[in-house]
Amino acid sequence: MTSRLSAITWNTFREAVRDRILYNLVFFVLLLVASAPLFSQISIGLERLMLVNVGLSSISLIGVVITILVGIGLVSKEIEKKTLYTILSRPVRRWEFIAGKYLGLLLTLVVNAALMTVGFYVALLIFVGSLKRADAGLLVAIYFILLQFMIMVAITLLFSTFSTPVFSAIFAFALFVIGAFGEDLKNFATLSHGITKWLALAAAYIMPNFASLNVIARVAHDERVSMQLVAFNTIYALLYSLAVVTAAVMIFERRNLK
Amino acid sequence: MRAIEITGLSKEYAVGFWKKQRRPALKSLNLTVEAGETFGFLGPNGAGKTTTLKLLMGIIFPTAGSATILGRDASDPEVKRKIGFLPEQPYFYDYLSAPELLDYYARLSGVSAAARKQRIGELLEQVGLSDVGNKQLRKFSKGMLQRVGIAQAIIHDPEVIFLDEPMSGLDPVGRHEVRELIQGLKDAGKTIFFSTHILSDAEALCDRVAVIHKGELRGVGVVNDFHSAVAEQTEVIWLGASAVAAVTGLLTESHITGETVRVTVPSANLDRLLETLRQQRARLISVAPIHGTLEDYFLARTREEQKEAVR
Repeated sequence: MTSRLSAITWNTFREAVRDRILYNLVFFVLLLVASAPLFSQISIGLERLMLVNVGLSSISLIGVVITILVGIGLVSKEIEKKTLYTILSRPVRRWEFIAGKYLGLLLTLVVNAALMTVGFYVALLIFVGSLKRADAGLLVAIYFILLQFMIMVAITLLFSTFSTPVFSAIFAFALFVIGAFGEDLKNFATLSHGITKWLALAAAYIMPNFASLNVIARVAHDERVSMQLVAFNTIYALLYSLAVVTAAVMIFERRNLK
Repeated sequence: MRAIEITGLSKEYAVGFWKKQRRPALKSLNLTVEAGETFGFLGPNGAGKTTTLKLLMGIIFPTAGSATILGRDASDPEVKRKIGFLPEQPYFYDYLSAPELLDYYARLSGVSAAARKQRIGELLEQVGLSDVGNKQLRKFSKGMLQRVGIAQAIIHDPEVIFLDEPMSGLDPVGRHEVRELIQGLKDAGKTIFFSTHILSDAEALCDRVAVIHKGELRGVGVVNDFHSAVAEQTEVIWLGASAVAAVTGLLTESHITGETVRVTVPSANLDRLLETLRQQRARLISVAPIHGTLEDYFLARTREEQKEAVR
Protein backbone atom coordinates (compact mmCIF):
# COMPACT_ATOMS: atom_id res chain seq x y z
CA MET A 1 0.00 0.00 0.00
CA THR A 2 2.74 2.48 1.00
CA SER A 3 4.60 1.90 -2.25
CA ARG A 4 1.49 2.49 -4.35
CA LEU A 5 0.50 5.57 -2.37
CA SER A 6 3.98 7.06 -2.57
CA ALA A 7 4.15 6.26 -6.30
CA ILE A 8 0.90 8.16 -6.99
CA THR A 9 1.95 11.02 -4.67
CA TRP A 10 5.34 11.35 -6.34
CA ASN A 11 3.85 11.19 -9.83
CA THR A 12 1.32 13.93 -9.01
CA PHE A 13 4.13 16.12 -7.68
CA ARG A 14 6.29 15.37 -10.72
CA GLU A 15 3.43 16.29 -13.07
CA ALA A 16 2.96 19.66 -11.37
CA VAL A 17 6.70 20.40 -11.50
CA ARG A 18 7.00 19.39 -15.16
CA ASP A 19 3.91 21.42 -16.01
CA ARG A 20 6.02 24.36 -14.81
CA ILE A 21 3.81 25.10 -11.83
CA LEU A 22 6.84 26.25 -9.88
CA TYR A 23 7.36 29.04 -12.44
CA ASN A 24 4.97 31.02 -10.23
CA LEU A 25 7.96 31.51 -7.93
CA VAL A 26 9.44 33.84 -10.53
CA PHE A 27 6.21 35.84 -10.40
CA PHE A 28 6.46 35.96 -6.60
CA VAL A 29 10.05 37.27 -6.68
CA LEU A 30 9.14 39.84 -9.34
CA LEU A 31 6.22 40.98 -7.18
CA LEU A 32 8.49 41.53 -4.19
CA VAL A 33 11.13 43.31 -6.28
CA ALA A 34 8.51 45.49 -7.97
CA SER A 35 7.17 46.46 -4.54
CA ALA A 36 10.63 47.70 -3.46
CA PRO A 37 10.24 51.34 -4.60
CA LEU A 38 6.97 51.41 -2.70
CA PHE A 39 8.64 50.27 0.51
CA SER A 40 11.35 52.93 0.24
CA GLN A 41 8.70 55.66 0.14
CA ILE A 42 7.06 54.50 3.32
CA SER A 43 8.25 55.86 6.64
CA ILE A 44 10.74 53.78 8.60
CA GLY A 45 9.10 51.00 10.55
CA LEU A 46 6.15 50.58 8.21
CA GLU A 47 8.12 48.95 5.43
CA ARG A 48 8.31 45.69 7.41
CA LEU A 49 4.56 45.77 8.02
CA MET A 50 3.98 46.34 4.31
CA LEU A 51 6.38 43.60 3.23
CA VAL A 52 4.91 41.04 5.64
CA ASN A 53 1.40 41.78 4.40
CA VAL A 54 2.33 41.68 0.72
CA GLY A 55 4.63 38.66 1.09
CA LEU A 56 2.41 36.42 3.20
CA SER A 57 -0.79 37.34 1.35
CA SER A 58 0.95 36.49 -1.92
CA ILE A 59 2.10 33.10 -0.58
CA SER A 60 -1.49 32.38 0.43
CA LEU A 61 -3.18 33.66 -2.72
CA ILE A 62 -0.73 32.10 -5.18
CA GLY A 63 -1.07 28.79 -3.33
CA VAL A 64 -4.86 28.91 -3.50
CA VAL A 65 -4.76 29.74 -7.22
CA ILE A 66 -2.42 26.78 -7.84
CA THR A 67 -4.65 24.55 -5.72
CA ILE A 68 -7.69 25.42 -7.79
CA LEU A 69 -5.94 25.28 -11.15
CA VAL A 70 -4.29 21.93 -10.49
CA GLY A 71 -6.83 20.46 -8.08
CA ILE A 72 -9.84 20.69 -10.39
CA GLY A 73 -8.15 18.34 -12.85
CA LEU A 74 -6.66 15.93 -10.33
CA VAL A 75 -9.28 13.24 -10.95
CA SER A 76 -11.39 14.57 -13.83
CA LYS A 77 -8.37 14.86 -16.12
CA GLU A 78 -7.36 11.28 -15.38
CA ILE A 79 -10.88 10.14 -16.24
CA GLU A 80 -11.09 12.27 -19.38
CA LYS A 81 -7.70 11.17 -20.68
CA LYS A 82 -8.33 7.59 -19.55
CA THR A 83 -5.02 7.36 -17.73
CA LEU A 84 -7.05 5.99 -14.83
CA TYR A 85 -7.82 2.84 -16.83
CA THR A 86 -4.24 1.62 -16.62
CA ILE A 87 -4.12 2.46 -12.90
CA LEU A 88 -7.36 0.87 -11.76
CA SER A 89 -6.54 -2.31 -13.69
CA ARG A 90 -3.65 -2.76 -11.24
CA PRO A 91 -3.87 -3.67 -7.57
CA VAL A 92 -4.59 -0.03 -6.71
CA ARG A 93 -7.60 0.65 -4.50
CA ARG A 94 -9.66 3.64 -5.47
CA TRP A 95 -9.08 5.27 -2.07
CA GLU A 96 -5.32 4.91 -2.57
CA PHE A 97 -5.60 6.83 -5.82
CA ILE A 98 -7.54 9.66 -4.17
CA ALA A 99 -5.21 9.78 -1.16
CA GLY A 100 -2.14 9.75 -3.42
CA LYS A 101 -3.51 12.58 -5.54
CA TYR A 102 -4.29 14.59 -2.41
CA LEU A 103 -0.83 14.11 -0.93
CA GLY A 104 0.85 14.82 -4.27
CA LEU A 105 -0.77 18.22 -4.69
CA LEU A 106 -0.20 19.04 -1.03
CA LEU A 107 3.48 18.16 -1.42
CA THR A 108 3.66 20.49 -4.43
CA LEU A 109 2.15 23.32 -2.39
CA VAL A 110 4.41 22.70 0.59
CA VAL A 111 7.53 22.78 -1.58
CA ASN A 112 6.23 25.87 -3.36
CA ALA A 113 5.44 27.62 -0.07
CA ALA A 114 8.81 26.61 1.40
CA LEU A 115 10.67 28.18 -1.53
CA MET A 116 8.50 31.30 -1.32
CA THR A 117 9.20 31.51 2.39
CA VAL A 118 12.93 31.50 1.75
CA GLY A 119 12.41 34.26 -0.85
CA PHE A 120 10.25 36.18 1.59
CA TYR A 121 12.88 36.12 4.35
CA VAL A 122 15.60 37.15 1.91
CA ALA A 123 13.40 40.09 0.86
CA LEU A 124 12.85 40.96 4.51
CA LEU A 125 16.58 40.97 5.07
CA ILE A 126 17.24 43.15 2.03
CA PHE A 127 14.47 45.70 2.45
CA VAL A 128 14.35 45.98 6.26
CA GLY A 129 18.06 45.51 6.77
CA SER A 130 18.02 42.86 9.46
CA LEU A 131 16.00 39.98 10.84
CA LYS A 132 14.75 40.15 14.41
CA ARG A 133 13.54 37.49 16.80
CA ALA A 134 9.87 38.36 16.18
CA ASP A 135 10.32 37.51 12.50
CA ALA A 136 10.40 33.83 13.47
CA GLY A 137 6.78 34.31 14.58
CA LEU A 138 5.87 34.90 10.94
CA LEU A 139 6.33 31.16 10.41
CA VAL A 140 3.12 30.58 12.38
CA ALA A 141 1.20 32.52 9.72
CA ILE A 142 2.89 30.45 7.02
CA TYR A 143 2.00 27.26 8.90
CA PHE A 144 -1.63 28.39 8.97
CA ILE A 145 -1.44 29.07 5.23
CA LEU A 146 -0.34 25.46 4.78
CA LEU A 147 -3.34 24.33 6.85
CA GLN A 148 -5.49 26.42 4.54
CA PHE A 149 -3.96 24.57 1.57
CA MET A 150 -4.76 21.23 3.22
CA ILE A 151 -8.44 22.14 3.27
CA MET A 152 -8.50 23.73 -0.18
CA VAL A 153 -6.81 20.72 -1.81
CA ALA A 154 -9.40 18.44 -0.21
CA ILE A 155 -12.24 20.65 -1.48
CA THR A 156 -10.99 20.87 -5.07
CA LEU A 157 -10.30 17.14 -5.06
CA LEU A 158 -13.86 16.46 -3.90
CA PHE A 159 -15.32 18.54 -6.74
CA SER A 160 -12.95 16.91 -9.19
CA THR A 161 -14.42 13.48 -8.45
CA PHE A 162 -17.87 14.35 -9.77
CA SER A 163 -17.85 17.69 -11.56
CA THR A 164 -16.35 19.26 -14.65
CA PRO A 165 -13.18 21.36 -14.23
CA VAL A 166 -15.03 24.64 -14.88
CA PHE A 167 -17.72 23.99 -12.28
CA SER A 168 -15.14 22.61 -9.85
CA ALA A 169 -13.17 25.84 -10.15
CA ILE A 170 -16.27 27.96 -9.58
CA PHE A 171 -17.42 25.90 -6.57
CA ALA A 172 -13.95 25.76 -5.01
CA PHE A 173 -13.37 29.49 -5.42
CA ALA A 174 -16.83 30.25 -4.03
CA LEU A 175 -16.09 28.12 -0.96
CA PHE A 176 -12.75 29.86 -0.52
CA VAL A 177 -14.42 33.27 -0.55
CA ILE A 178 -17.20 32.14 1.80
CA GLY A 179 -14.61 30.54 4.09
CA ALA A 180 -12.60 33.75 4.20
CA PHE A 181 -15.68 35.44 5.65
CA GLY A 182 -16.44 32.56 8.02
CA GLU A 183 -16.38 34.75 11.13
CA ASP A 184 -18.80 37.24 9.51
CA LEU A 185 -21.19 34.38 8.85
CA LYS A 186 -21.11 33.47 12.54
CA ASN A 187 -21.66 37.10 13.52
CA PHE A 188 -24.60 37.29 11.12
CA ALA A 189 -26.07 34.16 12.76
CA THR A 190 -25.92 35.70 16.23
CA LEU A 191 -27.74 38.79 14.98
CA SER A 192 -30.43 36.80 13.12
CA HIS A 193 -33.56 35.10 14.36
CA GLY A 194 -35.58 31.98 13.55
CA ILE A 195 -34.74 29.84 10.55
CA THR A 196 -32.25 32.39 9.17
CA LYS A 197 -30.22 32.11 12.35
CA TRP A 198 -30.05 28.31 12.12
CA LEU A 199 -29.29 28.33 8.42
CA ALA A 200 -26.50 30.88 8.88
CA LEU A 201 -25.13 28.94 11.84
CA ALA A 202 -25.22 25.65 9.92
CA ALA A 203 -23.49 27.28 6.95
CA ALA A 204 -20.86 28.81 9.25
CA TYR A 205 -19.97 25.40 10.65
CA ILE A 206 -20.19 23.44 7.40
CA MET A 207 -18.18 25.92 5.33
CA PRO A 208 -14.43 25.91 5.85
CA ASN A 209 -13.36 28.61 8.30
CA PHE A 210 -10.42 30.26 6.59
CA ALA A 211 -10.83 33.43 8.65
CA SER A 212 -9.39 31.79 11.76
CA LEU A 213 -6.48 30.51 9.69
CA ASN A 214 -5.55 34.02 8.59
CA VAL A 215 -3.25 35.64 11.17
CA ILE A 216 -1.18 37.66 8.69
CA ALA A 217 -2.31 41.05 10.08
CA ARG A 218 -1.61 39.90 13.63
CA VAL A 219 1.93 38.62 13.01
CA ALA A 220 2.67 41.71 10.93
CA HIS A 221 2.05 43.72 14.08
CA ASP A 222 4.24 41.32 16.10
CA GLU A 223 1.24 39.97 17.96
CA ARG A 224 1.87 36.54 19.44
CA VAL A 225 -0.34 33.68 18.30
CA SER A 226 -1.33 31.40 21.19
CA MET A 227 -0.36 27.73 21.16
CA GLN A 228 -4.01 27.00 21.86
CA LEU A 229 -5.00 28.51 18.51
CA VAL A 230 -2.18 26.64 16.77
CA ALA A 231 -3.40 23.35 18.26
CA PHE A 232 -7.06 24.13 17.53
CA ASN A 233 -6.40 25.14 13.92
CA THR A 234 -4.21 22.08 13.34
CA ILE A 235 -6.90 19.71 14.61
CA TYR A 236 -9.59 21.63 12.72
CA ALA A 237 -7.69 21.47 9.41
CA LEU A 238 -6.86 17.80 9.85
CA LEU A 239 -10.43 16.79 10.66
CA TYR A 240 -12.00 19.00 8.00
CA SER A 241 -9.63 17.71 5.30
CA LEU A 242 -10.15 14.12 6.41
CA ALA A 243 -13.93 14.52 6.23
CA VAL A 244 -13.79 16.08 2.75
CA VAL A 245 -11.30 13.52 1.40
CA THR A 246 -13.47 10.73 2.84
CA ALA A 247 -16.47 12.20 0.98
CA ALA A 248 -14.35 12.30 -2.20
CA VAL A 249 -13.39 8.63 -1.72
CA MET A 250 -17.02 7.62 -1.12
CA ILE A 251 -18.12 9.30 -4.35
CA PHE A 252 -15.21 7.93 -6.34
CA GLU A 253 -15.66 4.38 -5.01
CA ARG A 254 -19.12 4.23 -6.57
CA ARG A 255 -18.39 6.07 -9.76
CA ASN A 256 -18.59 4.42 -13.18
CA LEU A 257 -15.69 5.85 -15.16
CA LYS A 258 -17.11 6.08 -18.66
CA MET B 1 -7.98 -24.32 -16.21
CA ARG B 2 -10.26 -21.42 -16.99
CA ALA B 3 -8.48 -18.09 -17.14
CA ILE B 4 -11.64 -16.01 -17.53
CA GLU B 5 -15.21 -16.93 -16.71
CA ILE B 6 -17.98 -14.44 -17.33
CA THR B 7 -21.48 -15.26 -16.13
CA GLY B 8 -24.56 -13.22 -17.01
CA LEU B 9 -22.57 -10.00 -17.11
CA SER B 10 -24.82 -7.04 -17.93
CA LYS B 11 -24.44 -3.31 -17.99
CA GLU B 12 -27.12 -0.68 -18.39
CA TYR B 13 -26.56 3.05 -18.48
CA ALA B 14 -29.05 5.59 -17.25
CA VAL B 15 -29.63 8.12 -20.02
CA GLY B 16 -31.74 11.19 -20.66
CA PHE B 17 -31.94 14.45 -18.73
CA TRP B 18 -33.50 12.83 -15.66
CA LYS B 19 -31.49 9.62 -16.10
CA LYS B 20 -34.70 7.62 -16.05
CA GLN B 21 -34.25 5.78 -19.33
CA ARG B 22 -32.07 2.67 -19.35
CA ARG B 23 -29.78 1.90 -22.29
CA PRO B 24 -28.31 -1.60 -22.27
CA ALA B 25 -24.66 -1.70 -23.28
CA LEU B 26 -24.12 -5.39 -22.50
CA LYS B 27 -26.80 -8.05 -22.25
CA SER B 28 -26.16 -11.08 -20.04
CA LEU B 29 -22.78 -12.11 -21.43
CA ASN B 30 -21.61 -15.67 -20.77
CA LEU B 31 -18.09 -16.51 -21.87
CA THR B 32 -15.14 -18.65 -20.84
CA VAL B 33 -11.53 -18.39 -21.91
CA GLU B 34 -9.10 -21.21 -21.18
CA ALA B 35 -5.61 -20.59 -19.82
CA GLY B 36 -3.05 -20.13 -22.58
CA GLU B 37 -5.67 -19.26 -25.19
CA THR B 38 -5.56 -16.27 -27.48
CA PHE B 39 -9.16 -15.17 -27.56
CA GLY B 40 -10.55 -12.62 -29.98
CA PHE B 41 -13.52 -10.53 -28.96
CA LEU B 42 -15.02 -9.27 -32.19
CA GLY B 43 -17.67 -6.77 -32.99
CA PRO B 44 -18.30 -3.48 -34.76
CA ASN B 45 -17.79 -0.19 -32.97
CA GLY B 46 -20.33 0.23 -30.18
CA ALA B 47 -20.99 -3.52 -29.90
CA GLY B 48 -20.05 -3.75 -26.21
CA LYS B 49 -16.41 -4.87 -26.42
CA THR B 50 -14.93 -1.98 -24.46
CA THR B 51 -17.79 -2.12 -21.95
CA THR B 52 -16.93 -5.77 -21.28
CA LEU B 53 -13.26 -4.94 -20.77
CA LYS B 54 -14.07 -2.00 -18.50
CA LEU B 55 -16.26 -4.28 -16.40
CA LEU B 56 -13.49 -6.87 -16.14
CA MET B 57 -10.97 -4.19 -15.13
CA GLY B 58 -13.25 -2.68 -12.47
CA ILE B 59 -13.46 0.67 -14.25
CA ILE B 60 -17.25 0.43 -14.34
CA PHE B 61 -19.58 -1.73 -12.25
CA PRO B 62 -21.99 -4.34 -13.64
CA THR B 63 -25.76 -4.02 -13.41
CA ALA B 64 -25.91 -7.81 -13.05
CA GLY B 65 -23.71 -10.86 -13.35
CA SER B 66 -20.17 -11.65 -12.33
CA ALA B 67 -16.73 -12.41 -13.71
CA THR B 68 -13.79 -14.38 -12.42
CA ILE B 69 -10.21 -14.24 -13.59
CA LEU B 70 -7.88 -17.11 -12.66
CA GLY B 71 -10.59 -18.46 -10.39
CA ARG B 72 -11.07 -15.32 -8.28
CA ASP B 73 -13.48 -12.43 -8.50
CA ALA B 74 -12.31 -9.95 -11.13
CA SER B 75 -12.32 -7.10 -8.59
CA ASP B 76 -9.95 -8.94 -6.21
CA PRO B 77 -6.69 -6.92 -5.95
CA GLU B 78 -4.76 -10.22 -5.94
CA VAL B 79 -6.16 -10.94 -9.40
CA LYS B 80 -5.01 -7.54 -10.60
CA ARG B 81 -1.41 -8.47 -9.84
CA LYS B 82 -1.75 -11.19 -12.46
CA ILE B 83 -3.42 -9.28 -15.26
CA GLY B 84 -2.28 -6.63 -17.71
CA PHE B 85 -4.45 -4.19 -19.64
CA LEU B 86 -3.96 -2.04 -22.71
CA PRO B 87 -6.93 0.33 -23.23
CA GLU B 88 -8.13 1.43 -26.65
CA GLN B 89 -6.15 4.37 -28.04
CA PRO B 90 -4.33 4.82 -24.77
CA TYR B 91 -3.06 8.13 -23.49
CA PHE B 92 -0.16 8.06 -21.09
CA TYR B 93 1.36 10.73 -18.88
CA ASP B 94 3.14 12.57 -21.66
CA TYR B 95 5.49 14.45 -19.33
CA LEU B 96 7.19 11.13 -18.50
CA SER B 97 9.80 9.23 -20.45
CA ALA B 98 9.17 5.58 -21.35
CA PRO B 99 11.42 4.23 -18.52
CA GLU B 100 9.75 6.58 -16.00
CA LEU B 101 6.27 5.49 -17.09
CA LEU B 102 7.16 1.82 -16.87
CA ASP B 103 8.76 2.35 -13.47
CA TYR B 104 5.59 4.06 -12.22
CA TYR B 105 3.33 1.24 -13.40
CA ALA B 106 5.72 -1.40 -12.08
CA ARG B 107 5.60 0.23 -8.64
CA LEU B 108 1.81 0.25 -8.76
CA SER B 109 1.89 -3.45 -9.60
CA GLY B 110 4.19 -4.23 -6.68
CA VAL B 111 7.37 -5.05 -8.63
CA SER B 112 10.46 -4.71 -6.42
CA ALA B 113 13.01 -1.96 -7.10
CA ALA B 114 15.73 -4.40 -8.20
CA ALA B 115 13.39 -6.31 -10.52
CA ARG B 116 12.01 -3.06 -11.96
CA LYS B 117 15.32 -1.85 -13.29
CA GLN B 118 16.10 -5.11 -15.04
CA ARG B 119 12.57 -5.63 -16.34
CA ILE B 120 12.28 -2.11 -17.79
CA GLY B 121 15.49 -2.55 -19.76
CA GLU B 122 14.39 -5.94 -21.07
CA LEU B 123 10.93 -4.73 -22.03
CA LEU B 124 12.10 -1.61 -23.86
CA GLU B 125 14.39 -3.89 -25.84
CA GLN B 126 11.51 -6.30 -26.50
CA VAL B 127 9.18 -3.61 -27.83
CA GLY B 128 11.95 -1.96 -29.85
CA LEU B 129 12.24 1.21 -27.78
CA SER B 130 15.63 0.67 -26.19
CA ASP B 131 17.05 3.73 -27.91
CA VAL B 132 14.43 6.31 -26.83
CA GLY B 133 16.38 7.37 -23.75
CA ASN B 134 14.68 10.02 -21.67
CA LYS B 135 12.58 11.46 -24.49
CA GLN B 136 9.15 12.47 -23.15
CA LEU B 137 6.16 10.50 -24.40
CA ARG B 138 4.64 13.66 -25.91
CA LYS B 139 7.27 13.34 -28.63
CA PHE B 140 6.38 9.71 -29.44
CA SER B 141 4.58 8.58 -32.61
CA LYS B 142 1.31 6.65 -32.31
CA GLY B 143 3.03 3.35 -33.05
CA MET B 144 5.68 4.02 -30.39
CA LEU B 145 2.97 4.87 -27.87
CA GLN B 146 1.16 1.63 -28.64
CA ARG B 147 4.39 -0.28 -28.01
CA VAL B 148 4.85 1.56 -24.71
CA GLY B 149 1.23 0.63 -24.00
CA ILE B 150 1.94 -3.05 -24.52
CA ALA B 151 5.08 -2.74 -22.39
CA GLN B 152 3.13 -1.23 -19.48
CA ALA B 153 0.55 -4.01 -19.77
CA ILE B 154 3.21 -6.69 -19.30
CA ILE B 155 5.72 -4.88 -17.05
CA HIS B 156 4.73 -7.09 -14.10
CA ASP B 157 4.79 -10.30 -16.17
CA PRO B 158 1.03 -10.97 -15.92
CA GLU B 159 -0.61 -14.31 -16.68
CA VAL B 160 -3.63 -12.85 -18.47
CA ILE B 161 -3.38 -9.89 -20.83
CA PHE B 162 -6.35 -7.82 -21.99
CA LEU B 163 -5.88 -5.71 -25.10
CA ASP B 164 -8.60 -3.35 -26.32
CA GLU B 165 -8.29 -2.72 -30.06
CA PRO B 166 -4.49 -2.99 -29.97
CA MET B 167 -4.08 -2.30 -33.70
CA SER B 168 -6.59 0.52 -33.92
CA GLY B 169 -5.34 3.66 -35.63
CA LEU B 170 -1.97 2.19 -36.56
CA ASP B 171 -0.41 2.23 -40.02
CA PRO B 172 0.40 -1.14 -41.66
CA VAL B 173 3.94 -1.13 -40.25
CA GLY B 174 2.69 -0.34 -36.76
CA ARG B 175 0.03 -3.04 -37.02
CA HIS B 176 2.61 -5.58 -38.09
CA GLU B 177 4.86 -4.66 -35.15
CA VAL B 178 2.05 -4.94 -32.62
CA ARG B 179 0.92 -8.21 -34.16
CA GLU B 180 4.44 -9.57 -33.76
CA LEU B 181 4.45 -8.52 -30.11
CA ILE B 182 1.15 -10.28 -29.46
CA GLN B 183 2.43 -13.36 -31.26
CA GLY B 184 5.47 -13.26 -28.94
CA LEU B 185 3.21 -13.18 -25.88
CA LYS B 186 1.17 -16.02 -27.30
CA ASP B 187 4.33 -18.06 -27.86
CA ALA B 188 5.29 -17.35 -24.23
CA GLY B 189 2.10 -19.11 -23.15
CA LYS B 190 0.19 -16.07 -21.93
CA THR B 191 -3.60 -15.96 -22.00
CA ILE B 192 -4.57 -13.11 -24.29
CA PHE B 193 -8.03 -11.61 -24.54
CA PHE B 194 -8.20 -8.98 -27.19
CA SER B 195 -11.01 -7.03 -28.70
CA THR B 196 -10.89 -5.90 -32.26
CA HIS B 197 -13.01 -4.95 -35.20
CA ILE B 198 -10.12 -5.74 -37.58
CA LEU B 199 -10.98 -9.27 -38.50
CA SER B 200 -7.76 -10.19 -40.26
CA ASP B 201 -5.89 -9.60 -36.99
CA ALA B 202 -8.20 -11.99 -35.18
CA GLU B 203 -7.84 -14.55 -37.93
CA ALA B 204 -4.07 -14.33 -37.77
CA LEU B 205 -3.71 -14.55 -33.99
CA CYS B 206 -6.70 -16.13 -32.30
CA ASP B 207 -7.36 -19.69 -31.21
CA ARG B 208 -11.00 -18.88 -30.60
CA VAL B 209 -13.18 -15.87 -31.20
CA ALA B 210 -16.49 -14.55 -29.94
CA VAL B 211 -18.69 -12.18 -31.89
CA ILE B 212 -20.67 -9.54 -30.06
CA HIS B 213 -23.16 -7.17 -31.62
CA LYS B 214 -25.43 -4.62 -29.97
CA GLY B 215 -24.38 -5.85 -26.53
CA GLU B 216 -25.31 -9.48 -27.25
CA LEU B 217 -23.07 -12.45 -27.85
CA ARG B 218 -23.75 -13.83 -31.33
CA GLY B 219 -21.35 -16.74 -31.47
CA VAL B 220 -18.25 -18.32 -30.00
CA GLY B 221 -15.96 -20.83 -31.65
CA VAL B 222 -12.64 -21.60 -33.23
CA VAL B 223 -11.88 -19.50 -36.28
CA ASN B 224 -12.50 -22.46 -38.63
CA ASP B 225 -16.03 -22.81 -37.24
CA PHE B 226 -16.75 -19.32 -38.40
CA HIS B 227 -15.25 -20.03 -41.79
CA SER B 228 -17.49 -23.02 -42.26
CA ALA B 229 -20.48 -21.09 -41.00
CA VAL B 230 -20.13 -18.86 -44.01
CA ALA B 231 -21.44 -20.45 -47.20
CA GLU B 232 -18.41 -21.45 -49.32
CA GLN B 233 -18.32 -19.93 -52.74
CA THR B 234 -16.37 -20.79 -55.90
CA GLU B 235 -15.23 -18.43 -58.61
CA VAL B 236 -15.55 -19.83 -62.13
CA ILE B 237 -14.30 -18.17 -65.31
CA TRP B 238 -15.07 -19.36 -68.85
CA LEU B 239 -15.28 -18.20 -72.44
CA GLY B 240 -18.74 -18.21 -74.01
CA ALA B 241 -21.22 -15.53 -73.00
CA SER B 242 -24.12 -17.43 -74.59
CA ALA B 243 -23.97 -20.05 -71.82
CA VAL B 244 -24.89 -17.54 -69.12
CA ALA B 245 -28.63 -17.74 -69.81
CA ALA B 246 -28.64 -21.47 -69.05
CA VAL B 247 -26.96 -21.10 -65.64
CA THR B 248 -28.31 -17.80 -64.26
CA GLY B 249 -30.37 -19.53 -61.54
CA LEU B 250 -27.27 -21.18 -60.09
CA LEU B 251 -25.14 -18.06 -59.63
CA THR B 252 -24.55 -15.62 -56.80
CA GLU B 253 -23.17 -12.96 -59.12
CA SER B 254 -21.75 -12.65 -62.63
CA HIS B 255 -19.63 -10.29 -64.72
CA ILE B 256 -19.42 -10.47 -68.49
CA THR B 257 -16.63 -8.80 -70.48
CA GLY B 258 -17.00 -9.62 -74.19
CA GLU B 259 -16.92 -13.43 -74.32
CA THR B 260 -15.24 -13.78 -70.90
CA VAL B 261 -17.63 -14.62 -68.08
CA ARG B 262 -16.65 -14.52 -64.39
CA VAL B 263 -19.15 -15.76 -61.86
CA THR B 264 -19.34 -16.77 -58.20
CA VAL B 265 -21.40 -19.78 -57.38
CA PRO B 266 -22.33 -21.47 -54.09
CA SER B 267 -20.20 -24.61 -53.75
CA ALA B 268 -23.39 -26.70 -53.63
CA ASN B 269 -24.26 -25.59 -57.19
CA LEU B 270 -20.76 -26.07 -58.60
CA ASP B 271 -21.28 -29.56 -60.09
CA ARG B 272 -24.49 -28.54 -61.85
CA LEU B 273 -22.81 -25.41 -63.21
CA LEU B 274 -19.82 -27.31 -64.59
CA GLU B 275 -22.13 -29.94 -66.12
CA THR B 276 -24.25 -27.28 -67.81
CA LEU B 277 -21.15 -25.44 -69.12
CA ARG B 278 -19.89 -28.73 -70.61
CA GLN B 279 -23.24 -29.23 -72.33
CA GLN B 280 -23.12 -25.63 -73.61
CA ARG B 281 -19.55 -26.26 -74.89
CA ALA B 282 -18.20 -23.28 -73.01
CA ARG B 283 -14.40 -23.17 -72.65
CA LEU B 284 -13.49 -23.35 -68.96
CA ILE B 285 -10.58 -21.11 -67.85
CA SER B 286 -10.49 -21.43 -64.07
CA VAL B 287 -12.31 -22.82 -61.04
CA ALA B 288 -11.12 -21.37 -57.69
CA PRO B 289 -12.69 -21.72 -54.23
CA ILE B 290 -13.34 -18.53 -52.24
CA HIS B 291 -13.00 -19.14 -48.52
CA GLY B 292 -15.43 -17.40 -46.24
CA THR B 293 -13.74 -15.00 -43.88
CA LEU B 294 -14.69 -13.76 -40.45
CA GLU B 295 -15.64 -10.58 -42.19
CA ASP B 296 -18.21 -12.46 -44.28
CA TYR B 297 -19.59 -14.00 -41.10
CA PHE B 298 -19.63 -10.65 -39.46
CA LEU B 299 -21.39 -8.95 -42.35
CA ALA B 300 -23.85 -11.82 -42.72
CA ARG B 301 -24.85 -11.57 -39.05
CA THR B 302 -25.15 -7.80 -39.26
CA ARG B 303 -27.35 -8.08 -42.36
CA GLU B 304 -29.56 -10.65 -40.62
CA GLU B 305 -29.93 -8.20 -37.76
CA GLN B 306 -30.96 -5.41 -40.09
CA LYS B 307 -33.51 -7.63 -41.83
CA GLU B 308 -35.02 -8.65 -38.51
CA ALA B 309 -35.20 -5.02 -37.46
CA VAL B 310 -37.04 -4.11 -40.68
CA ARG B 311 -39.56 -6.93 -40.06
